[in-house]
Amino acid sequence: MQWGSLAEFWAMGGYGLYVWASFGATALCMGGEVLALWRRHAAAAAERRDGA
Amino acid sequence: MGINWFKYSSPQAFHPLAGKLIPWFAVAALALIGVGLYIGFFVAPTDVQQGDAYRIIFVHVPAAWMSMFLYVIMAVWAGIGLGLNARPSFMMAQAIAPTGAMFTFLALLTGSMWGKPTWGAWWVWDARLTSELILLFQYIGIMLLRTAIEDLRRADRASAVLALVGVINVPIIYFSVRWWNTLHQGASVSITAAPTMAGTMVTAMLVMMAGFWMYSFAVTLARVRCVIAERERHPSWGKPAALPDVAEAR
Repeated sequence: MQWGSLAEFWAMGGYGLYVWASFGATALCMGGEVLALWRRHAAAAAERRDGA
Repeated sequence: MGINWFKYSSPQAFHPLAGKLIPWFAVAALALIGVGLYIGFFVAPTDVQQGDAYRIIFVHVPAAWMSMFLYVIMAVWAGIGLGLNARPSFMMAQAIAPTGAMFTFLALLTGSMWGKPTWGAWWVWDARLTSELILLFQYIGIMLLRTAIEDLRRADRASAVLALVGVINVPIIYFSVRWWNTLHQGASVSITAAPTMAGTMVTAMLVMMAGFWMYSFAVTLARVRCVIAERERHPSWGKPAALPDVAEAR
């Protein structure tokens, strides 16, 4: 383990902004895709239930 | 194997099968990405040359690989669809495109996050970066073409042809770092050469890659289920343009 403290971990040796922006954007995109599919699936299921 | 695959080749039978597989892929994705992040941030050492900025590799390389893998898989389904005139194959190709586009976008974005501290530029018109940007436009083009054509059978075929033609860009992206003198570094992992990175760095990257694969399986299966359900709801989408319209046009 190379991190002496939590602050050191966040700083990422001075590259914190780039590293966390990369991982954050990836998490947002993947999480967003899952959420969007969840909604799409729920909408399709609801439409089928209503039988409209 | 005693599985009757033909049973699952129809959308009606495939829908519940996909539903059963999704949770397994989702759990595997979460576990692998969790382990990959742990190794990547707590086991892998700081890079001597690039400091901790190199850790972007743990999302950048898997995203870039998935952007190319998914394109090839999409093109294969498109080709099968065209060859056998198989509707489920077109549905698979349709389901893969958005995830492929997302990973292409992420590869470009995380690449620029890495380029700024290491090269001093967010973007350069380098062969690797430019060909990857073209891949993003290809995905967007394929999805737009599908939405632009109202008759679903024609939309299926047209986007499949576009996907197949564009597959030529994938080897160009892959070999761009060898064919042209680029700023982008060469392959991180190669079958023929010893890895240029520490063992734990390679491990973290490969585990993340496996996690992204599992994620892609889960998400594309979930999307193909939505596509099947939506097409069932509007069966007319699957049929050629209605004849009365032609009669009226005369």
